[in-house]
Amino acid sequence: MHEAAASPAWVLLAYLIAGVCFILALRGLSGPESSRRGNYTGMVGMAIAVGTTLFVHQIASLPEIAGAMLIGGGIGLVTARKIQMTAMPQLVAAFHSLVGMAAVLVGAAAYLNPEAFGIAEITGAVPTGWTIYALLSQVVINPVSRVEMGLGVAIGAITFSGSVIAFLKLNGNMSGKPILLPLRHVINLATLAAILGLIAYFTQDQGPWVFFTIMGLSFAIGFLLIIPIGGADMPVVISMLNSYSGWAAAAMGFTLHNSAMIITGALVGSSGAILSYIMCKAMNRSFISVIAGGFGGATAAGGAEAIDRPYKRGSAEDAAFLMKQADQVIIVPGYGMAVSQAQHALKEMGDKLKAEGVRVKYAIHPVAGRMPGHMNVLLAEANVPYDEVFELEDINSEFAQTDVAFVIGANDVTNPAAKTDKSSPIYGMPVLDVEKARTVLFVKRSMGGVGYAGVDNELFYRDNTMMLLADAKKMVEEIVKALG
Amino acid sequence: MDFISILSIFVLACFVGYYVVWSVTPALHTPLMSVTNAISSVIVVGALIASAAAGSASSKWLGLLAVALASVNIFGGFAVTARMLAMYKRKERPAPQGDGHA
Repeated sequence: MHEAAASPAWVLLAYLIAGVCFILALRGLSGPESSRRGNYTGMVGMAIAVGTTLFVHQIASLPEIAGAMLIGGGIGLVTARKIQMTAMPQLVAAFHSLVGMAAVLVGAAAYLNPEAFGIAEITGAVPTGWTIYALLSQVVINPVSRVEMGLGVAIGAITFSGSVIAFLKLNGNMSGKPILLPLRHVINLATLAAILGLIAYFTQDQGPWVFFTIMGLSFAIGFLLIIPIGGADMPVVISMLNSYSGWAAAAMGFTLHNSAMIITGALVGSSGAILSYIMCKAMNRSFISVIAGGFGGATAAGGAEAIDRPYKRGSAEDAAFLMKQADQVIIVPGYGMAVSQAQHALKEMGDKLKAEGVRVKYAIHPVAGRMPGHMNVLLAEANVPYDEVFELEDINSEFAQTDVAFVIGANDVTNPAAKTDKSSPIYGMPVLDVEKARTVLFVKRSMGGVGYAGVDNELFYRDNTMMLLADAKKMVEEIVKALG
Repeated sequence: MDFISILSIFVLACFVGYYVVWSVTPALHTPLMSVTNAISSVIVVGALIASAAAGSASSKWLGLLAVALASVNIFGGFAVTARMLAMYKRKERPAPQGDGHA
């Protein structure tokens, strides 16, 4: 606190300006045009924050810091350039884990050297060659700072281990199926209670065991919280971890009395929270039920009992013919499109259709894909103009006047049972009204698989539905060929 | 700064965040996540203080490691966001062919 209080006014001002830059960076994202400028504003904010810190602490010459930034920055830049757009959810999860780990490390560093962070009273001469015990006998960390530090480290650790699991699930290193431990709710609640209790106790006892137990338990709970959550709930998980990484930064900002960190943490925290809310609403599930986990695992057995119902199967030529005749085609992409990397072929198909005078639009469900906005990025990557891409509520009324709905790699988000069948696990979820189109073309790998909710889709068996059973990319490429 | 001033900044920033994020178009939710990732790495400020401080060698090395991790995020986060945002293009109109830079 002494150090922060001693900071000259311009320093405080500089951090405030950095915080404002970050606000403007997010504000820019209200539209694609302003977003690019917003991103640069964010970079300027970061440069101000880092520059100010380096200047104030007169460490601009420290080679180790330059080395660390160079190594980290290099890895970051190379990854950012090389990463495939379909892998964005994994990348974001990995980045979250780094923020979490950085928060833990900063918390630990502050704990081991509280004097440097200005959060402690020095009561005696600190011995040279001090061990942590010798140090703590001479230094009293402010109780308020202990709580802030404890919270920061706990949230950071949860963010880290949770994001690592999310990364492994998204990257396919770990099954996307929920892993359900017996008594998991009891274990989780007890662990959370223990963490909070220890943070409270930390104000009484600043001993290392308290600090490191908080850290260890938090790593464990992050892991335990995410393993029971299935792949389809990843959009919520990844938004939630986004939020946590923000709160971790904010808690560290409290410890360091740094306004840039507090403003940023609050922004990121609310951003992740809002995204989680939007995702939950788009699935008609409560946040609690997502966090409790298990969705999509227990019901998977239900798919096996589906009786063989008749359905219509079509070829690429049939699809090409139907779409050529149409006035309007709405394409509904889902996670399957991302998996088979079909977005470029899809764009080509759209271009061919437009050349035939067909109006082509894209309809995006909020939870299509593995993270918020996943489909939009993939379509943008394939050069689909963003004004042809519509959100659910903007386009849903148009299906009734549409000749062909082309569903590719989406399933649950089109299931009419969500509107009619009260017993369905997805009942009440807002869905795209694709069945109202004159014809529904449904690209799917095989009839066997069910969606992530583990429910059959009645749409497959309707008279106006034609199933196109093949790999999404291959099928679209064949349609492109058939379109000539 | 005393605790109450800091808390005030925090609470007000939460409200700002709430309104700003609701105005983000859903099409840009993925870039939103990657840019929030980048800016939350402002935690590097704490890492720099730790790396620079004399006194505790372990604290310094923890700080340096945190600097490296946060740098991955800062550079990677902003770069991948820029890469994504550059892809969002408007429909080509008869108007002069711009490449999307506003």
